[in-house]
Amino acid sequence: MLETAQQAGRNPGVGTSAAPIIRIRNLVFRRGRNTILDGINMDIPRGAIVALMGPSGAGKTTLLQLIAGQLRPDEGSIEINGTNVSTLSDRELYRFRRNIGVLLQNGALFTDLTVFENIATPVREHTDLPEALIRRLIMTKLNSVGLGGTEDLMPHELSGGMARRVALARAVVLDPLIMLYDEPTTGLDPIAVSTVRTLMRETNDALGLTSLIVTHDVVQVSQLADYCYIIASARIAGEGPPGELAHSKDPGIDQFVNGKVEGPIAFHYTSADRQWSLLG
Amino acid sequence: METNFRFTRFTAPIQTAGHCLLFLLRMLAGLRPALAQVQSILQQVYLIGARSLVIIMICGFFVGMVLSLQAINALEQFGASDQVSLLVGKSLFRELGPVLTALLFAGRAGTAITAEIGLMRATSQIDAMELMAIDPVQRVALPRFMAGLISVPLLTAMFNALAILGAVAFSIGVQGLDPGIFWSKLQTGVYFGKDFMGGIWKSLVFGGIVSLIAVFFGYTAKPTGAGVGTATTNTVVLSSVLVLIFDFIMTSFLT
Ligand SMILES: Nc1ncnc2c1ncn2[C@@H]1O[C@H](COP(=O)(O)OP(=O)(O)OP(=O)(O)O)[C@@H](O)[C@H]1O
Ligand SMILES: [Mg+2]
Repeated sequence: MLETAQQAGRNPGVGTSAAPIIRIRNLVFRRGRNTILDGINMDIPRGAIVALMGPSGAGKTTLLQLIAGQLRPDEGSIEINGTNVSTLSDRELYRFRRNIGVLLQNGALFTDLTVFENIATPVREHTDLPEALIRRLIMTKLNSVGLGGTEDLMPHELSGGMARRVALARAVVLDPLIMLYDEPTTGLDPIAVSTVRTLMRETNDALGLTSLIVTHDVVQVSQLADYCYIIASARIAGEGPPGELAHSKDPGIDQFVNGKVEGPIAFHYTSADRQWSLLG
Repeated sequence: METNFRFTRFTAPIQTAGHCLLFLLRMLAGLRPALAQVQSILQQVYLIGARSLVIIMICGFFVGMVLSLQAINALEQFGASDQVSLLVGKSLFRELGPVLTALLFAGRAGTAITAEIGLMRATSQIDAMELMAIDPVQRVALPRFMAGLISVPLLTAMFNALAILGAVAFSIGVQGLDPGIFWSKLQTGVYFGKDFMGGIWKSLVFGGIVSLIAVFFGYTAKPTGAGVGTATTNTVVLSSVLVLIFDFIMTSFLT
């Protein structure tokens, strides 16, 4: 299933013909004097799964928050499906967010609600579906992440991997155009990792989504992603299909993708220290 | 930079107060006669109001007892111990009931609200709501605030009732005062509008203060364990201080 889905996703026809669904131009974001992102350009084609990698603190989560409109850029633009997110008013932004599903790092399930009510929350908020229909919709989504029968459990009764899957079901329940994943498999056991990975691919292709995945997992990127961006020192340090990146001549990319200790990225860390002391 | 720091030391509290009031307006702007909202407010009235009931009742009873004990002690010197219900009733309804209830509520429910919302922030549940295009101020803060506003006056009435019961238990049960005198003094000397309702109005304001501070500090807590802890402490400290300050202000202006 994973193999075929991947092949479908890597079909060169996908996305390349249409305009990119996410288009980021000269994005600059600062916190105080610290420039977190400096001149980012990205084009994410429709239907693709794109990985975003980079050392810790590089600004990956920040970039997701910018795309979701939680933060506003200082310069540059982010266009999603032709809409410039950074100029929307708060009200428009709220309406627009229905197009975006986000899986936060720990799942962020509502701890006081059952699994069922967790997934139902966005549905009840944004639609007037009758209760019977809501129930059908949620059971379908729950089954699609392989968790049928858990609807009455509370979040604390779930394992980390199950919680992540429930959160995935909740994120896609209103059929968004784009899914943003922040480290969806960090801290899971290998089986849960491959379940979540398979699910991301299946959801992406079955619902016709576009996915942007922040991850540290090089294997995951090579198996899952159609395209990969590497962020380091506030800039895009490298981009390309994962296969190409693995054999990149660029020492920084080579170091990162192949997990080498020696290389230019260590240099970036020490130089970044100056920024740290400014921040502190 | 240094002068700036010294300057912000004085402006920061004012700025926080401003943010707090804007937060209040943002909450109230979302108030609608919608069934779902009424339901979630009622649910919170149960969770934070009804669950404070036991502690309020116990404290009320003992406050009534000790109040009548002290009152009888003092009044006995003038041979006026049959006036005890008057003294207890007035001081209780006007001051002790509303103030003590608000302080107890801050400790019992205010802390719980702050910790709960702060933890939702720390575990990114608030972020998740925003990302689902659900306004967390409406969804999380508003029902808790409204529930506090509703609960505190009701709890005050309950506190008062139990305190009178405590006074009855002590002065009639223990000291052997005549029940007829006790009740008739209470009935003729303590006024429903001025004394009892005056206190209830005050407690409405106290309820607003405590719950506003509780939801605001929870909402703006730093998303860490220590941040939530600090916010919880701040809720108790600041709301207690403000309740006492407002008590003086309101009492001196309204009576
Ligand atoms: N709320 C904040 N206030 C101030 N600085 C922040 C805040 N959040 C993040 N930063 C800073 O922004 C930079 C990028 O943070 P970000 O969370 O985007 O990193 P990341 O790439 O997601 O790292 P990780 O892989 O560890 O999750 C960091 O240097 C961090 O110190
Ligand atoms: Mg991150």
